[in-house]
Amino acid sequence: MIPAPFDYARAGSVDEAIELLGREDAKVIAGGHSLLPLLKLRFARPSLLVDIGRLDDLRYVREDGDRIAIGALSRHADLALDPVLAQGCGLLARTAGNVGDPQVRHRGTIGGSVAHADPASDLATVLLTIDADFVARGPDGDRTIAAADLFTGPFETSLGSQELLTEIRVPKVDGGRYLKHVRRQQDWATVAVAAARPNGDVRVGLAGMGPTPLRARAVEDAVAGGASPAEAAAHAAEGADPPSDVSGSSEYRAHLARVLTRQALEQI
Amino acid sequence: MKVSITVNGTGHDVDVEPRTLLVYFLREQLGLKGTNVGCDTTSCGACTVLLDGESVKSCTVLAVQADGSEVTTIEGLAGDGELHPVQQAFHENHALQCGYCTPGFVMASVSLLKENPSPSEEEIRLALEGNLCRCTGYHNILKAVQAAARAGA
Repeated sequence: MIPAPFDYARAGSVDEAIELLGREDAKVIAGGHSLLPLLKLRFARPSLLVDIGRLDDLRYVREDGDRIAIGALSRHADLALDPVLAQGCGLLARTAGNVGDPQVRHRGTIGGSVAHADPASDLATVLLTIDADFVARGPDGDRTIAAADLFTGPFETSLGSQELLTEIRVPKVDGGRYLKHVRRQQDWATVAVAAARPNGDVRVGLAGMGPTPLRARAVEDAVAGGASPAEAAAHAAEGADPPSDVSGSSEYRAHLARVLTRQALEQI
Repeated sequence: MKVSITVNGTGHDVDVEPRTLLVYFLREQLGLKGTNVGCDTTSCGACTVLLDGESVKSCTVLAVQADGSEVTTIEGLAGDGELHPVQQAFHENHALQCGYCTPGFVMASVSLLKENPSPSEEEIRLALEGNLCRCTGYHNILKAVQAAARAGA
């Protein structure tokens, strides 16, 4: 499968990338592991690819007060082995090490995963669960977007067409679980559940249960009200509208969400 | 556009269309047919090569993204008529049947052993999750990687 033709420019700086993104139908490419499959299927036909893959100053993990700042170009393989992330937010490091397969993790970036906004994205689901913040730069400068405001639809975010995601900021979180049900090890999650206590309170997120990664608010409320893991998990599919596809029916996904939520709550 | 890519130690300054996938650049422009196209969807791993020393699926990398990089393909492993220890181990452990997936498995194994010289059985299985074999199965592949690790590949 060969993508449709496009122009290509390698950005030498974030500001140059933003300028290049001013062209109509321009699209950012980082590792390319979300975008290239779409280009090959010709679901995406950008006029210009702006390659930010060599902007090495967007590749870092560092402590910043009570948060950890992660450069958007950090690859899954780097995050999986990063000592600062392992110490401060091991849930995210472990999840990064569980994305795709080793070849994918050598190329794929956390910023790319987030901006691609697949409703079954492992990293996006964990980031939504722990209330990460996202820093985006555009022609008017930087702005910070809360996770709850970022994911707006299937493969859609509130990032502007000329905005570049530059940093992901996560709270320090002890423990936490991300349980993923897949038909084959390297598949996208049929359903996955993240559970953690980012600020002491239990937070639960779901992948594969709707048009975007979701928070299981009814479960969180039940836990806060003193419910047991089994009682709280019974609410896991409330308000969700899981799809039916080759990986499972809507009913099956709702069942998986309840089972995985119970297991995750029991393990945190 | 003009790219400069080093493949198996040889520099190539060539013109490529931006949409050219690395695997087709290797196979069709350089004539290195050892890297196979299997699924063409980042699933099977048949097209695995090393990009700056790390395994990647070359069906999901643009040649222009590899500009300035070093690529190693299956053709670049053996030296002076001697098989690479991973190739030798695949040979001795009968870790292939039709052989189509083999270059990808070998390259993924080379990358694994570089990152983790003494992997456990589970670590080997997880490290090869991105490579699919449809005939001989995985048992002898696992044995070959264990043998290569013992041989210090």
